[in-house]
Amino acid sequence: MEHLLELRNVSIDLPKGRRKPPVKLVEGVDLDIRKKQNFGVVGESGCGKSITCSAIMGLLSYPLTVGQGSSIRFQKEDGSEVEITSLHKSELRKLRGKDISMIFQEPMTALDPMYTIEEQINETLRFHTGLNKAQMHEAALEMLKKVKIPRPEQILADYPHHLSGGMLQRVMIAIALINNPRLLIADEPTTALDVTIQAQILDLMNELRESYDTSVIMITHDLGVIAETCEEVAVFYAGQVVERASVDAIFHETAHPYTTGLLRSVTSLGGARRELYTIRGTVPTAGNFGAGCRFADRCDHCMAICKEKPPALTQVAPGHLCRCWLHAGGAEQAEKEAAV
Amino acid sequence: MSEPSVLLDVQHLKTYFPIKGGVVRKTVGYVHAVEDVSFQIREQETFGLVGESGCGKSTTGRSILRLIEPTAGAITFDGVDLHDLDKEALRQKRRDMQLVFQDPYSSLNPRMTVRHLLEEPLRTHFTLSQKELDEQVLWISGAVGLSPEQLERYPHQFSGGQRQRISIARALITKPRFVVADEPVSALDVSIQAQILNLLMELQQELKLSYLFISHDLNVVRHISNRVGIMYLGRMVEQGETEEVYRHPTHPYTQALLSAIPKRDPSEDKVRIHLDGDVPNPADPPKGCPFHDRCPKCMEVCKSELPVTREVSPGHFVSCHLLDK
Repeated sequence: MEHLLELRNVSIDLPKGRRKPPVKLVEGVDLDIRKKQNFGVVGESGCGKSITCSAIMGLLSYPLTVGQGSSIRFQKEDGSEVEITSLHKSELRKLRGKDISMIFQEPMTALDPMYTIEEQINETLRFHTGLNKAQMHEAALEMLKKVKIPRPEQILADYPHHLSGGMLQRVMIAIALINNPRLLIADEPTTALDVTIQAQILDLMNELRESYDTSVIMITHDLGVIAETCEEVAVFYAGQVVERASVDAIFHETAHPYTTGLLRSVTSLGGARRELYTIRGTVPTAGNFGAGCRFADRCDHCMAICKEKPPALTQVAPGHLCRCWLHAGGAEQAEKEAAV
Repeated sequence: MSEPSVLLDVQHLKTYFPIKGGVVRKTVGYVHAVEDVSFQIREQETFGLVGESGCGKSTTGRSILRLIEPTAGAITFDGVDLHDLDKEALRQKRRDMQLVFQDPYSSLNPRMTVRHLLEEPLRTHFTLSQKELDEQVLWISGAVGLSPEQLERYPHQFSGGQRQRISIARALITKPRFVVADEPVSALDVSIQAQILNLLMELQQELKLSYLFISHDLNVVRHISNRVGIMYLGRMVEQGETEEVYRHPTHPYTQALLSAIPKRDPSEDKVRIHLDGDVPNPADPPKGCPFHDRCPKCMEVCKSELPVTREVSPGHFVSCHLLDK
C-alpha cells in the first residue's frame, strides 16, 4: 500500500429501525492520505466531514455505523496494514493515541477538569509505553516545551480551568503528538479561538509538522485555514466528496459550482459594502437528496440531467476530481437526448 | 453633500462588574469590562465594533441599550440622554432601539409560533387591533424572506439561517431606527452568513436603519461597516472609516489583528506580526497602555502612562504612545 490511509467507498449509516433502510449520512467517500501530507477537509455543518473522520478513529457514536462495503485501511509503523472497520475494540484502543491521534474543536471541554495537565498527558504515555514515573514526567515536560508553553513545570501541576483556550489547545496538541503518531486528525482545532490565538496555533502546527513525520487531516469550515495549512483538499457537500484537488487547484482552477460559491461568499474577497454572492437556499437534509445531483436545487448551472442522474466523481485534470455534470460530459449527453 | 446627523453619541462610557468574595459577599474588586469608550453613530450608518473575546464589545452594546447599567458616561440617543430616563420612558424608547442576538437557537422561545414571536414586540410597544397586527407581521415576514405559511411553525422547524431571519424580523417589527447586532452571523455557515449580511444591508436601505455591528470576524466587519472601532481590554484603541483603518492600521494591536486573518489564497504572501501570550485579566488590567505587555513596539513610557487619543487623519483616532514622537 503506497498510502498511509486509504478510504474506499466509505458510507455511514443512521439506522431507521429494522424494517426501513438506514439513512446514508455519508456515501461513497474515497480518500487517500500520503505520508507526511497535510490534507484538508472542508464543508458546511452537517456535510459529514466530522463523522467521516470519527469513523477513521473508530469513534462513531451510537447509533451510527459504518455501512456495508466500506473499507478504511491504515498502514502501521512496521509496514503492516490494518482494516480499521473490522478491528476489535481492544486493537482499536492500541491504535488510538499511538498511531492515530485527534485534536478536538473545544479544548475547554475536551480535557477532564478533575485531573491535572500532567496526569492527562501521562494517561496516553502509561497506556502505550512502558515508561516509569520519572521518565513520564521528563517526557511530558519535553513535550510542553515543544508546543511552546511558558513555565512548563508549573503548568504540569495546573488544572484545565487555570489555562486559557489557546494554552489548552497547546496542551491538546502535546497530548496528541506525545507518542509520535503517524496520523493526526484535527477537528476544527482553531474554531473556538480568537484570531490572534488562531494564528499562533496554526503557526505552531506548521512548525511541528517539520519535526514530526505525521500526516495531518485538518477538518474545518474556514477556507482561510485550508489556504494556510494544507496541500490537498476534499470539499464535502451533503455527505459526498464533491471536489478533490491540490490546494492551488481548489483556489485557482475551481471546478465544482459549490466550491465556487463557497469561495465567492467568503467576505474577504472584495471591497466593502458590495452585495455578497450567495448560494441560494439551504443544504438538503440527509435522506431527502432526490435522484440527481445533491447540489442541483442550489446550483446556478443546473441542467436537466442534473435533476435526473447523480454525477460521478470524474477527473477534470491530473489529480483533480470533481462530481459535476458540467465536467462529466453532462451537457453533451443532454444534447444527445434532446436530439433523440 | 451634507453630513448626516449624529443619531447616537456615546461619551466616556464605563461599565464595571463587581467581584464578590469572602463570607459576607463583600465587593473585593471590579472587572473593568468597558473603560472610557467614546464614539458616535450617524443616521443610516453601520459602525463595526471588533475585538477578541472578553474585550468588552458586547458589554458596550448592551450598556448602550441599558440592558446592563453603565457605571459612568453619557449616552445620547436622538438628542435624549438615556441615562436620565426612568423605567417607563426607557421602555418606550426601546421601540427605537433593538437588539439582534448571536445564537438563533437559544434566543427564540421554543413554545411560541413564529407569528406569536413576531407579534410579541408589537403587543408590548403598541396597542393594535388584530387586523393591524396581522398586517405588520405579514409585512415584516415578507421583508426578511419568510413565507406566510411558515408563520404557524415553531422555531425548531427552521434552520439556523431561517431562525436568524426570524430574530431580525422580531427586532425590526417595531420599526426601530437603531439596531445593535451582536455577532448576528457568527453561529452560521459561510454560505448562510452571506445571505444574512445581504439581508441586513437591504433592510438598512429600506428602513433607514443605523447599526452597531459587533463581531470578532474582521472580514465580516469590513464588508458591512462604514466605520469601525477596534477594542482591546475594554478600551477603544483605534477608530475611523473602515477602508482607512484596514488599509492604514496605525495601532500595533490593529496591525497584529489584521495580520492574523488567515490568508484568502494559498499563493498570497503574508507577513504575520506575532503576538505572544494572552489578553490580560480585565479585573487586574496592566498599568499604562493596556496593550503594552504584548506589544512588539513597547517603550518605557507605555508601561506607566496611558496614551492619549489622537486624530491621525480626519476621523481616524488612535490611542498609542508611538504617535507622540
